[in-house]
Amino acid sequence: MRKFLFRVSALVLAISLVTPLLADNHESVLDKVKNRGKLVCGVHGGLPGFGYLGEDGKWSGFDADFGRAIAAAVLGDPDKVEFVPLNAAERFTALQTGEIDVLIRNTTWTLTRDADLNTDFAPPTFYDGQGFMVPKSLNIKSIKELAGATIGVTGGSTTELNLADTMRSLGIDFKPLTYSDIDTLYNGYDAGRVDAVTSDKSQLVARRKNLKNPDDHVILDVTISKEPLGPLTIHGDNKWNDAVSWVVYATFFAEEHKITQENVKSFETENPEIKRFLGESGEMGKILGLPKDWAKQVIIAVGNYGEIFERNLTPIGLPRGINKPWTEGGLLYSMPFR
Amino acid sequence: MQQDSTKIPFWRDIRVLKVLFQVIFIIGIILLALFFYMNMLNGLERQGIELSLDFLMSEAGFELSEGIDFDSSDTNLKAFWVGVVNTLRVSIIGIFCATIVGFLFGIARLSSNWLISKTAAVYVEIFRNTPLVLQILFWYPLILTLPKVRESINFFDSIFINRRGVYLPSAVPADGFNTWRWYLLSGIIIAIIVVLGLAAYRYFFQDRELHETDRPSFVSNIILGAKWVAAPIFLTAAIVGWFLTPEVSFVLSKPELQGFNFVGGINFSPEFTAMLIGLTVYTSAFIAEVVRAGIQSVVKGQREAARSVGLKESQVLRLVVIPQAIPVIVPPLTSQYLNLAKNSSLGTFIAYTDLYAIAEIINGKTDQSVPIFAIIMASYLILSLTTSAFMNWYNRRITRFGSSS
Amino acid sequence: MEDNTLTQEVKPPDTSKGPVRWLRDNLFSTWYNTILTCLGLVLLFFFFRVFFIWVFTQANWAVIPAYLRTLMIGPYPIEQVWRIGIVFCTLLTLLGLSAGIWRDRVLQIAIAIAGVGLFLLLIPLDVVKEGEDTSATLEFNLNIFYLIFFKRKWLLGGLVLLAVTFLIGRDKNTFKRWIIIGWVLSFPWTMIILHGFGKNAVSTTDWGGLLLTLILAAVGIVACFPLGVLLALGRRSQLPAIKWVSTVYIETIRGVPLITILFMGSILLPIFMPGDFQLDKVIRAMVALTLFSSSYMAENIRGGLQAVPSGQVEAAQAVGLTYPKTMHFIVLPQAIRAVIPAIVGQSIALFKDTSLVSVVGLLDLLGVGRTILGSSKWSGNYAEVWFFIAIIYFVFSFSMSIVSQKIEADLGVGKH
Repeated sequence: MRKFLFRVSALVLAISLVTPLLADNHESVLDKVKNRGKLVCGVHGGLPGFGYLGEDGKWSGFDADFGRAIAAAVLGDPDKVEFVPLNAAERFTALQTGEIDVLIRNTTWTLTRDADLNTDFAPPTFYDGQGFMVPKSLNIKSIKELAGATIGVTGGSTTELNLADTMRSLGIDFKPLTYSDIDTLYNGYDAGRVDAVTSDKSQLVARRKNLKNPDDHVILDVTISKEPLGPLTIHGDNKWNDAVSWVVYATFFAEEHKITQENVKSFETENPEIKRFLGESGEMGKILGLPKDWAKQVIIAVGNYGEIFERNLTPIGLPRGINKPWTEGGLLYSMPFR
Repeated sequence: MQQDSTKIPFWRDIRVLKVLFQVIFIIGIILLALFFYMNMLNGLERQGIELSLDFLMSEAGFELSEGIDFDSSDTNLKAFWVGVVNTLRVSIIGIFCATIVGFLFGIARLSSNWLISKTAAVYVEIFRNTPLVLQILFWYPLILTLPKVRESINFFDSIFINRRGVYLPSAVPADGFNTWRWYLLSGIIIAIIVVLGLAAYRYFFQDRELHETDRPSFVSNIILGAKWVAAPIFLTAAIVGWFLTPEVSFVLSKPELQGFNFVGGINFSPEFTAMLIGLTVYTSAFIAEVVRAGIQSVVKGQREAARSVGLKESQVLRLVVIPQAIPVIVPPLTSQYLNLAKNSSLGTFIAYTDLYAIAEIINGKTDQSVPIFAIIMASYLILSLTTSAFMNWYNRRITRFGSSS
Repeated sequence: MEDNTLTQEVKPPDTSKGPVRWLRDNLFSTWYNTILTCLGLVLLFFFFRVFFIWVFTQANWAVIPAYLRTLMIGPYPIEQVWRIGIVFCTLLTLLGLSAGIWRDRVLQIAIAIAGVGLFLLLIPLDVVKEGEDTSATLEFNLNIFYLIFFKRKWLLGGLVLLAVTFLIGRDKNTFKRWIIIGWVLSFPWTMIILHGFGKNAVSTTDWGGLLLTLILAAVGIVACFPLGVLLALGRRSQLPAIKWVSTVYIETIRGVPLITILFMGSILLPIFMPGDFQLDKVIRAMVALTLFSSSYMAENIRGGLQAVPSGQVEAAQAVGLTYPKTMHFIVLPQAIRAVIPAIVGQSIALFKDTSLVSVVGLLDLLGVGRTILGSSKWSGNYAEVWFFIAIIYFVFSFSMSIVSQKIEADLGVGKH
């Protein structure tokens, strides 16, 4: 009996003690990553160009490279990163529970996700928009002509909500087919199960390459939504969000100033801002809680934004579009390194 | 004796200990549940999620094409209902098909024809030993290789098969339907009254003369009545009503090509068809084994005896083998039916919007994962428990008949 | 098969044998059997024609060698593959020793595994590279030695190890106890070796392919065992509270699809865990599989418990054994022996069911298959990938079911 009472009271005590203790843990993810010596990064499981498992069994793509860039900045080694493939449903939970340190998985910056979901966004790495792909043979030019069509879409994302919103506002009747994974969606589209498929244009372009006859399909010249895609960190961890944000800015900055993977080690300059960027002067690294030469490490590891883009997205046929430095009329604008 | 036990201190009294042990156990379970509950509240708070069921009544925002009518302005609750209906639809039709195919292959495995029995054996082993998901993922693209919409396989201009699905003509209620259904309703009411009356009369007057053990139950009287009395009354009412109604009650709706797709008639989508084929083939392989074991459980002597009294082969099967095999077959068959219903949740792999797929969609946009999980668990539990209750009832019925014969 | 013949014609006994006689007996015994045979032959002909045309002329099998390593081990780092080799060798050593000691069934299993290994060693699967001319037989012959002795050194070494340990273990009956302990320890050993420590540790998120499928199935069966036994005893308990809780647990889990339990493991489990306590997604899938599998295990064991005559329990109580001792020494050994075939059956089902973990984003065999279809080069080759994966699943499940049937025959279970 005494033993029993002792056990019960111990359990109650343990519960009441442990729960608030653990909940009040305010260690920054940045310190956690440093202590662990490894970054855990959530990516897409199978999106060519952005995040996918290559033939060699290594995670590759645009998003994966940004994960490597962060690892290079924090730990000085782009290989000290572990990728966790996540589906649309579990990605936010994984971030919020701390299973992953940063989520770089084609995630659109929206108000609810920013304010309501306890997540913080870093600057978008890719500005996208939702579009439609249809077979050329249907001879369709606008959304209105899709009346009565069956449209394929992936579930659990903003894509299907945008589709329903747009069609309702235009008063167009259509039949949706909601797939849970994109491979079945595009195979279904290729087989003619659906008349059109809607998604982020980057995905449409990437996936068009996989179709049997890519030239038989066109991407309509309409964009029904804004899709700024960027990395996410957990809400309230400013230190970590700053680090991730400035890694992204570093890739923008390097492209603006023509610093590349090749020339970064021997980059000669008198420009004080570039000197601060390269860690040759100033305290930029210390302020961010990163090593002195963090930005240099990023560029050594993955190159500037343009190089990351060319390595991953140019081969799948994506044009730079608005994803160009502001100096060339694009939207990529690095905040000053001062 | 009585005095001895009172002397034992209560902490050594087995009866007290038993109660105490259970109390500790229950408290432990409650504490564990409490622990998880507190964690959950904490975790949800950290994620900024407020637990509520309001999302059920809010606008869904997405569209669904499979199953009953649904629009993006309908509620999430209705979306769940669409999922339930889709799950039930594929499960019930699947159970029906799998039973037929399974019995065929089970009997084929016992055929004296070497080719037939070996083919059946290979069929069973192949489909039993590969995962169902894989099979469904294989059938679905295969169905999508059917002809395009404009090149549909066409039967008499009324049945069309293409990669968008199977289109059948259907009967749609017309003007006269409202009148006609009153005849149907009155037919049903009359049938119920007559059957109840007859059953009561037999039970309280005629059967009294029989010995207690031979006396049929009230329920079996009703079943007998339903078969021989109610059905004819109902049919007569339906036919008489049909001719007495001035307008036509039903019109035939034929599928017709309009724009991108066929319109009208009944449509089985490729997703539904792939699920149905997958569930049927996979489950039928298991049912075939169940049936084979059932038939083999009937000892050889029974068959020989039946033949020796001059029964024909078909009679031996129908009168001797099957009645004895069925009680052996039904319990494992029940668990196969339950498996089929549960396996219908794999629709999410190929865009068949069953209950689980809908839950996944809603979870993706509301983040109320806890109540959503509770809802799908509860729905599947109700489905499973109803099925097993029904099959248990059926099993009791046939085993009772089996033992009395 | 003879005793199941539904039709028998009374004829003078014919003792002659030979193919004609066999054909007449088995294919053309009656007029309707003749029709069935002809119909079956026609259908089979068309089926196999389509099938073989696809296999040999239409299918592009280059996708398999290109992804073979990923299909087998997923994103497991190549420089750590030696860990898998060690586990592989450990298990083969144990199997070889057991085959030597126990002979009979174990030896048969070992021989079967050796046969499959030899087959895998000799088939020229990854010789055919994409775009290469398969008719270059000379090169092929040279390649095969290279393959056997370099690329497949683990396989070759494993086979040699199996043979050697068999010879060592022959008739060393004193080893029995140690081998059993070895088998029990092999499970944690496998986990530790595969994961490793410190700098070179391979996180479970990097486990994938067939490796992950096998581990998930093994964890599902091994880890659910203790919980399953407790639940089975609980359900048969005379204490209502315990009986009630066990029954509700078992029936709830058995009433819902595995996919919902995986959903719980993947999305809800992190919420139910205290604060910073994290389980990675592979571990969470293992937890979900164990919770799921334990209720089925409980029902299997309960079946076994019911098969133990009540006299056994009464006799044990009569000699004064306590409840735990009665269960441990008398009832459970008999019960578990009786349900081994059922447990093997459950293992097969669980092995196939692990394919569902790809829905929560794990890279098991099927998950890797799905990523292949997402790659730009091979997205159209779903049939080849599914076919290959199906063969792997089939080989494992079918051989397990044969083992189960043999054990059933050995134990005489099911015979009355």
